[in-house]
Amino acid sequence: MQQQSEAAAAPSSAWAAGKGSALMSLRDVYKQFPSGRQTVRAVDGVSLDVLQGETLGLVGESGCGKSTLGRVVTQLQPATAGSIFFEGKDLAALHGEDLRQMRRRVQMIFQDPYGSLNPRMTVGNIIGEPLRNFGLAHGKERDRQVQEIMRVCGLNPNFNNRYPHEFSGGQRQRIGIARSLILRPNFIVADEPISALDVSIQAQIINLLEQLQDDFNLTYLFIAHDLSVVRHLSDRVAVMYLGVIVEVANSLELYDNPLHPYTTALLQSIPVPDPVIEKDRTPIILSGEIPSPINPPSACRFHTRCPIAQPICSEVRPELLDYGNGHLAACHFAGKLQGSLAEKVAEESVAEIRAAIVADEPGGVDGATPVTA
Amino acid sequence: MPAILEVKGLKTQFLVRGGVVRAVDGIDLRVNRGETVGIVGESGSGKSMTALSILRLVPEPGKIVEGSITFDGRDVLAMNRDELRKFRGNDVSMIFQDPMSSLNPVLKVGYQIEEAMKSHDRFSAEESKSRVPMLLRRVRIPDADRRAKEFPHQFSGGMRQRAMIAMGLSNEPDVLIADEPTTALDVTVQAQILQQLRDLNRELGTAIVLITHNMAVVANICTWVVVMYAGRVVEQGPTAEIFRSPQHPYTWSLLRSIPRIDEKLGGKLLTISGLPPDLTNLPPGCKFHPRCRFTVDRCFTEEPDLFNVGPQHESRCWVQMDNVPDPDSDLREAPVVPLEEDAGALVIAGEESAAAV
Ligand SMILES: Nc1ncnc2c1ncn2[C@@H]1O[C@H](COP(=O)(O)OP(=O)(O)OP(=O)(O)O)[C@@H](O)[C@H]1O
Ligand SMILES: Nc1ncnc2c1ncn2[C@@H]1O[C@H](COP(=O)(O)OP(=O)(O)OP(=O)(O)O)[C@@H](O)[C@H]1O
Ligand code: SF4
Ligand SMILES: [Mg+2]
Ligand SMILES: [Mg+2]
Repeated sequence: MQQQSEAAAAPSSAWAAGKGSALMSLRDVYKQFPSGRQTVRAVDGVSLDVLQGETLGLVGESGCGKSTLGRVVTQLQPATAGSIFFEGKDLAALHGEDLRQMRRRVQMIFQDPYGSLNPRMTVGNIIGEPLRNFGLAHGKERDRQVQEIMRVCGLNPNFNNRYPHEFSGGQRQRIGIARSLILRPNFIVADEPISALDVSIQAQIINLLEQLQDDFNLTYLFIAHDLSVVRHLSDRVAVMYLGVIVEVANSLELYDNPLHPYTTALLQSIPVPDPVIEKDRTPIILSGEIPSPINPPSACRFHTRCPIAQPICSEVRPELLDYGNGHLAACHFAGKLQGSLAEKVAEESVAEIRAAIVADEPGGVDGATPVTA
Repeated sequence: MPAILEVKGLKTQFLVRGGVVRAVDGIDLRVNRGETVGIVGESGSGKSMTALSILRLVPEPGKIVEGSITFDGRDVLAMNRDELRKFRGNDVSMIFQDPMSSLNPVLKVGYQIEEAMKSHDRFSAEESKSRVPMLLRRVRIPDADRRAKEFPHQFSGGMRQRAMIAMGLSNEPDVLIADEPTTALDVTVQAQILQQLRDLNRELGTAIVLITHNMAVVANICTWVVVMYAGRVVEQGPTAEIFRSPQHPYTWSLLRSIPRIDEKLGGKLLTISGLPPDLTNLPPGCKFHPRCRFTVDRCFTEEPDLFNVGPQHESRCWVQMDNVPDPDSDLREAPVVPLEEDAGALVIAGEESAAAV
């Protein structure tokens, strides 16, 4: 069951900072939860690199394990099995001061801006708490740093004595962001930072995250179920289905040329705010619902809903393989569904051209014979 | 085409400690037979209250204080209990925002659908029973006979939503109001439900009023769009027209603030600054002016009517986006991280009224 793909080779021990090298690497990471007598396989063998300075988007349907993976990466929960490397160092081997430093530099922004802030603490104390926990700044210096980061995040620094309920959803999310930034981390896991916000407010946070990335040279693992948002923000996107990564690619490439049938279906399912495009679009309607991670389907987890599944799909687990330029997919028939869609469109246009030629026939070019199929 | 459902000047309000919440503040709405109408707007703009008002289901302490609602020539606000009972379900039925809270957890799904028919007069008790599997099959629930005998918790989210649609359609209403029917669902399941609604509209001719905050969902199934802000209609027209050439600054901004799956990458999103309005304390003039980037002097003092801005196309604004030279220039200059100077105070006012509920 363990699989070793090209991407899964352990990162080299001589870690070099710089754009393009892996800041965070996961190798065959598992996370399981007991559920009665059964086991929830929330993260089920994930190998993934997050490169220095990039935004890696992580998408997938509800319950597929995105938040769990985020919590494992930030060490809020221990992995059941597998290794996690930060700057080339195995986290399992970190102790004492090294571990503290790693925890300072890896932060998480939480899914729920309403539930994740302590209602009895002032905003200034909420944002400054990590400084206190790490003993990094006190008194006036702490206040100064808090107010500075509030300003950076578009919050009025004079509001540092107010309580969270006095702020709107968008502002509360900014408070959460300010808190995660105050320790000047390098790596941030942003777990659905905008899903709970109103549409008109979402763009404020998206733009803020982009601006902060430029200013502080941040690396993001950006979790969301909204592929449009993820694509807008991310350099690369990883697609997750039932605890496993089924595809990883550059954002543009993923959209133009999805290799995994699930990604194709997912992309086709997303409506576009444009009625002209919507009129001509025929989404691939996936039958059935997402299976349970307690008893996931054998071999390829997607075979119960896949429009092109073959017998092998329920017998052999497909490996995450590189199809060129770091475009990874785990499917025995990678690219086949997208290919057949393109073919179908091509066939339709051939038919149209044919129809046009036949319609033209009486007055057509002298001597030209209609194409016969 | 004569409208089957017509709402005029509707106002629905809540009296709370902090004052009067103007949840619906003068709505005009027409739904023609067989049409698909989308109502969009952000959270709190009054979409659900408009729908609940139409069915006269406004929760206490809310009241319809003004306006008229006419269904097929009949005055809904004048209906007595018995007439109302028939009206809900037979004429207009509604699928609620949260399917779990509207299905009774201790009753079998099929039984609940059967009861929905028995409590109206269109079908006999026997017919009601025999129609259940057909209705479940119509919303593509496989193995319908067995599924009818299951309880709601045995259904997945998507199946529950489909069971709700089956129930909403059980008495063959002329109009089906669906309040955020896909919001809690994942994209692949959302696509199934939208396909479902489209098919039903085509096959049965049921008019559909779809309430959502997702512009893309509207583009997907509606022929007519109504954009709401602060309890009023700010723009409405044929879907293609609204998306191609939005005339109200709110609609225009909204369409530019959402990332699209097919966009060219590298662009900045437009941000609508500030917060949604406090409905107990609406600003003077145009209700959108504190967040609008295209204001003229009048906007601050005088509220505009819904003006004709094209055939069938109306906008409640002193400005037409068509007449704004280079509206995007503003977007390029806008600061990326606007400082929300006075926002704290604004929210406190809103919180107080919410706390009083
Ligand atoms: N502490 C826990 N105990 C038991 N099961 C858990 C626990 N945390 C998560 N799970 C289960 O693990 C699976 C993955 O959950 P997770 O929250 O990671 O999903 P997600 O992809 O973030 O979903 P969403 O989009 O809804 O946030 C789910 O089936 C969930 O019920
Ligand atoms: N019981 C109540 N008491 C006071 N105000 C209420 C009550 N119920 C609703 N409101 C207010 O009425 C306004 C309109 O609410 P409505 O539910 O119609 O919004 P909506 O557009 O459906 O929003 P959403 O997208 O969040 O469902 C809101 O501002 C809400 O706060
Ligand atoms: S491996 Fe098979 S079942 Fe899985 S996605 Fe590919 S084709 Fe479908
Ligand atoms: Mg999650
Ligand atoms: Mg609502």
